[in-house]
Amino acid sequence: MIDLTSNTAGIISPNPFWLGSGPPTNTAYQVMRAFEAGWGGAVWKTIGEPIVNVSSRLGGLNLNGQRMVGLNNIELITDRPPEVNFKEIAEVKKRFPKNAVIASLMVESKRETWHDVVKQANDSGADGIELNFGCPHGMSERGMGAAVGQVPDYACQITTWVKEVATIPVLVKLTPNVADIRYVARAAVKGGADGLSLINTINSIMGVNLETLEVAPNVDGRSSHGGYCGPAVKPIALHMLSQIAMDPEVGVPISGIGGIASWQDAVEFIALGASSTQVCTAAMHYGFRMVDDLIDGLTQYLEQKGYTSLAGVQGRAVPRITDWGHLNLNYKVVARIDPAKCIQCNLCHIACEDGAHQCIRPVQPGVREFPVVDEASCVGCNLCSLVCPVDACITMTRVDDPTAPSETWSQRVARTGSSLAAWEASDTHHAGTTTGTSD
Amino acid sequence: MSSDVQTRRLPADHLSRNFEEVIPPYTEQEAVTEAGRCLFCYDAPCIRACPTHIDIPSFIKKIGSSNKRGSARVILASNPLGLTCARVCPVEQLCEGACVLGAHHKPIAIGRLQRHATDWLADSSEAPFTAGTPNGRKVAVVGTGPAGLACAITLRQLGYEVTCYEAKAKPGGLDTFGIVSFREPVAIALAEAAFAERAGVKFVLGTRVGKDVPVDQLLADFDAVFIGAGLGQVPKLGIEGEDLPQVLDALQFIERTKVEPLDSIPIGRRVAVIGAGNTAIDAATASKRLGAEEVSIIYRRSLAEMPAYAFEYDFAKMDGVIFRWLTAPVRILGENGQVTGLECMRMTLGEPGVDGRAKPVAIEGSNFTLPVDMVIKAVGQEGTFEWLKSLDLESRGGRFVIGPDGSTGHPKVWSAGDCAGEGGAEATVVAVVEAGKRAAFGIDARLGGPQARARGNGDARILGAPIPLRAASASPAYVQQGVHQS
Repeated sequence: MIDLTSNTAGIISPNPFWLGSGPPTNTAYQVMRAFEAGWGGAVWKTIGEPIVNVSSRLGGLNLNGQRMVGLNNIELITDRPPEVNFKEIAEVKKRFPKNAVIASLMVESKRETWHDVVKQANDSGADGIELNFGCPHGMSERGMGAAVGQVPDYACQITTWVKEVATIPVLVKLTPNVADIRYVARAAVKGGADGLSLINTINSIMGVNLETLEVAPNVDGRSSHGGYCGPAVKPIALHMLSQIAMDPEVGVPISGIGGIASWQDAVEFIALGASSTQVCTAAMHYGFRMVDDLIDGLTQYLEQKGYTSLAGVQGRAVPRITDWGHLNLNYKVVARIDPAKCIQCNLCHIACEDGAHQCIRPVQPGVREFPVVDEASCVGCNLCSLVCPVDACITMTRVDDPTAPSETWSQRVARTGSSLAAWEASDTHHAGTTTGTSD
Repeated sequence: MSSDVQTRRLPADHLSRNFEEVIPPYTEQEAVTEAGRCLFCYDAPCIRACPTHIDIPSFIKKIGSSNKRGSARVILASNPLGLTCARVCPVEQLCEGACVLGAHHKPIAIGRLQRHATDWLADSSEAPFTAGTPNGRKVAVVGTGPAGLACAITLRQLGYEVTCYEAKAKPGGLDTFGIVSFREPVAIALAEAAFAERAGVKFVLGTRVGKDVPVDQLLADFDAVFIGAGLGQVPKLGIEGEDLPQVLDALQFIERTKVEPLDSIPIGRRVAVIGAGNTAIDAATASKRLGAEEVSIIYRRSLAEMPAYAFEYDFAKMDGVIFRWLTAPVRILGENGQVTGLECMRMTLGEPGVDGRAKPVAIEGSNFTLPVDMVIKAVGQEGTFEWLKSLDLESRGGRFVIGPDGSTGHPKVWSAGDCAGEGGAEATVVAVVEAGKRAAFGIDARLGGPQARARGNGDARILGAPIPLRAASASPAYVQQGVHQS
């Protein structure tokens, strides 16, 4: 029996799939619909200062017919009064006691104001608090959201104020709009944060209408930078998540956010250290019912791998990440093309010819029926296998001796004495190449 | 038995609906989505499979970026009759048949995408082709079918003064008159002729060379003469009853459906179409769509030998056409000057003949009568070239012998299309377009070649951008010269 129970800094949910703070968690009606559909938790749409929203608010990035691979928004926090939201949170917790409800908060940077709102959250029956230090648009102009999250001292100070009165776990939500996310993470932990959640949305301009030169999303002919999210941001989120997970100065549980749309995405976040995951764009795209395959797929994955809980995979990929200088320079793969699978599109050839190392000869009727890799020239960059439209047609195959000792750049520099000496000692194409493989 | 031939077998709105193009145009979204499936192969097999070597991945990529104008430019640079070919090409056997996605997936719908990229031109006042700088040479083009138009447009872009002579009142040849309108509306073929006219090609319509103007006159007035006269009529069956009024030539029948009001065309209740080529299919489906209740294709061989394309066959079956294989007409029966039936004979297949196809052999005593009200003949085409006798052109099998560049034995005469070469009446439009193009380059080479091109080709433009004209896809110089290792 697989147990999907998730525990993030004491916030317990029946599964690791939470709805992230945003439009899907604006009302009790929505959150209860979500819990009925199977979501394990929900971070309420941020509660705080009075705001007025604009129309329109969202912009989408489409790619090759796929809608909304990226989404941005200029919507602010909830436009409903805190009392109403806290009352609804209490109602939801009464009906769904086992599901996690986390109150996302953002108020002006005054100790009393924070104390006041945190106490309301304590009393609402919420399972935890998430401090919105990340919202990059609108609120930041009023000194809140990312304006706090970008300055470690502010983040530390406010977290301290919150912890003075909080009776439930406190997560600090981090903005990715910083040079190094670890500084704010450390500051939040210093201020007493029980856990972190990341990433919030990325600063973005969604696009320009070529007819009118209006910028999306359009508000009466003008626009403003908004927060970018959706599948396209996942690699950025994974990087920041791994940085936090690896940082010995942080060491608190993490709720992972950023482009999660499938159970596979969620497993990646969990493997890189997340205890729970938050989904927003995908739920906005397909509705709450999408959680069904998240739960189903994750359960089957854990079962197949022989794990009984999330612990089996959680954080297990973190040790796989290291600095570039610690990668084995002696490891060598080359591209191998399976003629039985090749459809002769020549994309591997032209990608290698123009974008890589000129080592794949093309299909040419009467000359050769399949592309041929010059393995001696192949540097094992992966590009051909990435552009090949057929699954498993191009395999990157290891050709070095796996039993031979490895050597990293750091080790080689140490052995040879200098970067130049390390370079000269390497099996590198020192001479330039001037010819390609086109016949 | 009484004969039943009438007009208006179907209500007028039903008739007009039946003759609307059967394949709908793509919406912008459908086209962009389909274009997105294209892998953008390098040295793509579809380009090689296209007789005119259209850079297909390039035009599809441009559809994907909503650059329809650029897409049309790429198509027309290789194929000046890109609108017609988007409709009538046997794509399953050409570009789409070569698509690398075909083996395991669904090939890209190249024909429909080509139509999407070019259709907008038909309703526009665009001049997609622009004349090259005048080089002082004049060419007469006889016939304005696909061969003549392709030759004329290419020559015009090379800077020639081009005059097209057309016997009919409208240009376009078989594209205008010989392809049923539910495959290609008349307006499309006329638009392509209009593109030539807008580029400065002169059209002398309703003028039959050899009758209204002697061919010797053209030879005297022009530096070169291109003959793209087509064939034009279905040969006689040589059987009894052939002269009855309800025995029609398929090409004339199809022409009526394209130029006359549909409710003025009489059609039999039961129609027999003799032959199983693409024209026979067109005649059979057009009969059905005019309201004939029972339409039979009479073919003396079997499905395997049928010259019609597989998609044409499928289309005819969907329209309810009956195929009577291994059946040959013996005589057409009539009463009071009206067709009442077709006497047929069963056949069997014997040894292969000179063309490699099995020869049909009659089965003695197998005669039977098919009750029909109308017979349509579609057993190939033949031309009459008495008017060209003075040129003394070599011909074989009723067609002029030409070189790869369209040249004939006569130093001032070139030819291509159904009236020339080996393809004959079953040649594809796209192959004929390429042959017309090649003849234009052949004429250009003879009348000055590089010098003429240097003067005339420098500013040939297609949809506003200069495009180098070329007979087929060429490799860049450094590849040809073997600078790259092989």
